[in-house]
Amino acid sequence: MSAAPQPLAIDVQGIRRVYNVKPKPIIALESIDLAVAPGEFFGLLGPNGAGKTTLIKILTTLLLPSGGTARIFGFDVEHQTKQIRRIMNMVAGGEQSGYGILTVREQLWMFSQFYGLGTREGWGRVDELIDAVGMGEQREQRVSTLSTGQRQKMNFARGLLNDPWIFFLDEPTLGLDVGAARAVRELVLAWKAAVPGRTVLLTTHYMAEADELCDRIAIVDHGRILALGSPAELKKRVQRESVFRIELDRLDGGPAALKRLPGVLSAATAAVQDEGRERQTVEVNLTLEDDAALGGVVGALAGLGSHILALRKSEPSLEDVFVELVGRGFDEEDREAEPPAPDHTPDPRDTSHESGDREEEEALV
Amino acid sequence: MSAFVFRQSASPQEAANWTRRQVIATDLRTIVGRAYPRVTGLFREKSWVFFEVLLPFLATSAFVFVYQAVGAPREYVGFAVLGGAMTAFWLNVIWMMAQQLWWEKSQGNLELYFAAPMNIMSVLFGMAFGGFVMSSTRAAAVLIISTTLFGVSFAVDQWFLLIAVFLLTLAALYGLGMVLASLFLMWGREAWHLTQFLIEPVYFVSGLNFPVARLGVLGSVAISVLPLAVGLDAMRQLAFAGAAYPIGTPPPDVEALILVAMTVVFLLLARWTLRLLERLARKEGRLSVRWQ
Repeated sequence: MSAAPQPLAIDVQGIRRVYNVKPKPIIALESIDLAVAPGEFFGLLGPNGAGKTTLIKILTTLLLPSGGTARIFGFDVEHQTKQIRRIMNMVAGGEQSGYGILTVREQLWMFSQFYGLGTREGWGRVDELIDAVGMGEQREQRVSTLSTGQRQKMNFARGLLNDPWIFFLDEPTLGLDVGAARAVRELVLAWKAAVPGRTVLLTTHYMAEADELCDRIAIVDHGRILALGSPAELKKRVQRESVFRIELDRLDGGPAALKRLPGVLSAATAAVQDEGRERQTVEVNLTLEDDAALGGVVGALAGLGSHILALRKSEPSLEDVFVELVGRGFDEEDREAEPPAPDHTPDPRDTSHESGDREEEEALV
Repeated sequence: MSAFVFRQSASPQEAANWTRRQVIATDLRTIVGRAYPRVTGLFREKSWVFFEVLLPFLATSAFVFVYQAVGAPREYVGFAVLGGAMTAFWLNVIWMMAQQLWWEKSQGNLELYFAAPMNIMSVLFGMAFGGFVMSSTRAAAVLIISTTLFGVSFAVDQWFLLIAVFLLTLAALYGLGMVLASLFLMWGREAWHLTQFLIEPVYFVSGLNFPVARLGVLGSVAISVLPLAVGLDAMRQLAFAGAAYPIGTPPPDVEALILVAMTVVFLLLARWTLRLLERLARKEGRLSVRWQ
């Protein structure tokens, strides 16, 4: 007899959520379908107001869907709330939970009691977690005196008190500095790696964070999933060609000499830098049919007497994916809600809209 | 085992399957856990000595001086002192029970309470138990200082009934506080206005500084709905046995029964309102949506 198949960690079918507010109802989620396997690190990426938090509230049993069904490891979010609450935990960015009068140790112990840990067991567990999140020095410090980063580490320890099977992280690095955000990300990865089957649902609007952590990502906007796949798959959707930037000491004949080569779709001078009478560098943007065409280009450049000083492959970021799918960036969404600046004129030096903030990988030359 | 591997279960289904004993133990531990910050705060924030002992003492003193100036029966000084001590409990019920869930929501604690596996009533019981410990200290301080300074002498015939009435008064008071906690959360900002309404007018109709029987019909109504009024009246009758107590209110044993009934009704009502609140919160997003 074979074992029953393990249910999905998250199984969402046709979830819809409408807030009945005046003057007109707000549709926060519009028929969302989602299947997350046990052990997956899944990201929901989208701008503010996209519906990410609403979905996480439904999955954590804090909000009822207006339509559709959602299950966590087979438990229905509407009717089996107790079971779900026993196996999950959640941490949100900017969380100010607890009581400032307590020390870090006391606050975590208090929360441990809500998950049924025995008195001594709770103190022991709290001490372990305080050490694990690197807050040994703040153990007896009052919660009200913690920095934002320390507070978030403490929140993270709180979220692990009951050893959840599924961990919901709602913008967990919001407002943290680079070091603190990295520490939180490392903790999440270490915790997840410790036991197979642990599942994480992360909502964020930091693309690099989603790119670094997630096995798969759903890009959400206006309550709909616009695209779903691994970060690599999503990037592939917006860029099928290979794009390189080559820095040369000279290029006789200009980019036109490269355009004629097989597999080269386009070649254009990006910059010419004059570094003195004897030294000059030329940067060329090259679009190739695929990476294999690069060999021919390198050979041809050698034939032209050019030396390659640097070679970088440009890859689209998740923001490029979002812009491609939605037709605007994350920040533009935020700006729409704000009154226009009185004298906003575009800065001619700002070329970020042209480059699309591409991530560039250094290649060995 | 490490910090990241604890009580590891074979599957999520196994981890979600709790025994009845686990459920009850978690609820009991939640009571202790939620009471902890209040009991700890008692020793950590010393400012309460000024605000919650000295100020009620001054208010009580004013009535004591008036009674002494007009030559009122000696027990009236004791009535005022007892009322002053009970103020601590009522203020605690208003500010730290009725307002508490609203405050917990703004802090982001309420979401975490609802997302945890315990019965949310345990959180309210924990708040009540912690509040009782806090307020008892304040009440005892007011009682001891006032009794010593004004030379109040108690005449108790039925100690058991007096203690029972005191405890029942607190049970009914905190039961009412638990009901108000859910109602205040549902009413949102209007709750602040209600708080003001529940302080001075309740002091007056509960007869905090004078026997409630003096209020006639209004006093009788207060006795039937306000735990503070009925409890204080019964305690005065029991603490000053043989005094010239104004007639018009039931004897203390009857008032004890009224308190029992109030406790049961308030606790059931608290359970019902809390369930209603959770249902509404999940339906309308009141717990999790900031603009609601």
